[in-house]
Amino acid sequence: MIISIASGKGGTGKTTVSTNLALSIRNVQFFDCDVEEPNANIFIKAKIKEREDVSVSIPIIDKEKCDYCGKCSDFCAYNALAVVPGNILVFPELCHSCGGCELVCPREAISWDERVIGIVEHGRAEGIDFYHGLLNVGESQAIPVIKALKRKMGKSKNVIIDIPPGTSCPVIESISGSDYCILVTEPTPFGLHDLKLAVEVVRHLNIPFGVIINRDGIGDNKVEFYCKNENIPVLLKIPERKKIAHLYSKGIALVNESHEWHELFGLVYNRIKEEVDK
Amino acid sequence: MKQLTVISGKGGTGKTSITAAFASLAKNAVFADCDVDAADLHLILRPKIKKTMEFHGLKIASIEKKLCIDCKKCHDACRFNAIDVEMNLIKGSCEGCGVCAYVCPVEAIKMVERDSGFAYISETRFGPMSHAMLNTAEEASGKLVTVVRENAKKLAEEKKKDLIIIDGPPGIGCPVIASLTGVDLVLVVTEPTLSGIHDLERILGVAHHFDIPAFVCINKYDINLDNTKRIREYCKDKNVDVVGKLPYDTIVTDAMVHEQGVIEFSDGDLADSIIKMWNKIKKRLT
Repeated sequence: MIISIASGKGGTGKTTVSTNLALSIRNVQFFDCDVEEPNANIFIKAKIKEREDVSVSIPIIDKEKCDYCGKCSDFCAYNALAVVPGNILVFPELCHSCGGCELVCPREAISWDERVIGIVEHGRAEGIDFYHGLLNVGESQAIPVIKALKRKMGKSKNVIIDIPPGTSCPVIESISGSDYCILVTEPTPFGLHDLKLAVEVVRHLNIPFGVIINRDGIGDNKVEFYCKNENIPVLLKIPERKKIAHLYSKGIALVNESHEWHELFGLVYNRIKEEVDK
Repeated sequence: MKQLTVISGKGGTGKTSITAAFASLAKNAVFADCDVDAADLHLILRPKIKKTMEFHGLKIASIEKKLCIDCKKCHDACRFNAIDVEMNLIKGSCEGCGVCAYVCPVEAIKMVERDSGFAYISETRFGPMSHAMLNTAEEASGKLVTVVRENAKKLAEEKKKDLIIIDGPPGIGCPVIASLTGVDLVLVVTEPTLSGIHDLERILGVAHHFDIPAFVCINKYDINLDNTKRIREYCKDKNVDVVGKLPYDTIVTDAMVHEQGVIEFSDGDLADSIIKMWNKIKKRLT
């Protein structure tokens, strides 16, 4: 079963929920797909044992063969190639590696080189098979790193995925294929607004979902009204407590401090399993 | 004209609340919400939309099945696995490169515009605003960020404003880079948590990579004083000024519930700290 944890708005508690859930159940494979800012291992504390570069292909132009006809730059949808009089420029960070330039080149002047844009790391902790990806600083494309991570996914495990914030391409890439999605929100106007966007995404992808309300007690009760009206199950409420915020700030998972939370996250898992097995 | 981008790396550290507070302090500025994935600034600034523009991101393939001869050339050529073996398009995977249309021998595939969202020009009680909405599950948020910034620039020129305040998205990737290239200063809002510190280090790396001066603001500094100290030391080491230390205060949420900025809503310690921080930023930008 694949459970992903998403939110729309950043900082609502995705990592809190995904790591605590992972630490409450057995046979877990964990993926932190927030490759721009991965934080799950602060709580899981896996010893990293393996590292793998993530590379993308970029075109290399043979300037002996190139006659600057401009067909490649005309074709490129990403403006990664520019032909100026007597020269051709490649902008590797804009290239999506589609291969179009090579196809349209009439002089076979284009070959390919690999460029490293990030890494995937693997380790183990408390029985959790842990993976995360890191996009290199200054790089713009998270998708290839997320794809490399998802290739590591096993079938027989309880897969937990920490999804990046937002609603666009990295989110879709990370979340697609999930059996269930937990949307984490907070009871504030920003939380509600971005929850609605996240609901649109999971409905669009036809993934069953439920909500966890974090920092319960602040703001107003509009998130709960919304969930009730839309028939969205509220799986858990995590209250606003200084103690919880402090544990988070130190990188300590709730379930490692309190047996009660361990049980509560276990119940969330059981409820999801029932829903998915239906 | 100067440009300031408020970013954070980690989400939920308070970028938008701080941007909204700045909006009420800036006397002659344009506001741009570049978190086009999950835009929230409008919930406080309540803009009156004056102009709506359609936004088309990258194109998308459209397959005419009647013309298809089942040669599978498109399926084989697509590097994004966006065309399955039965020549169905997997919309979410298509990155609009056009390779399938190029290799199709019977012209059964066309590249068509996709409706990716809208860009808006608006007026708020504090000044003009440029913002946008990306449709559900769309690509090219970086491209839309660029549109929002271009619109903000035009607005600033037209209305003779001397500053653009940009609310940036979380992360360090494409939309973040589009939000900060070419600006005069970034303000990184962080929080004293291990996650906040980790993300601060990465986002400062991005600012450094693009050679943009950065200031740091430690929000909710009092939830962990040890970590606050660590951030100060780290910033000192990196030669980055910590221009603000804001206390944890539920006023932020209360103001949000009332659709107001913190400065409008209250005049306590938090408001004072924000005003002090704003004055340092203003000084740097003039």
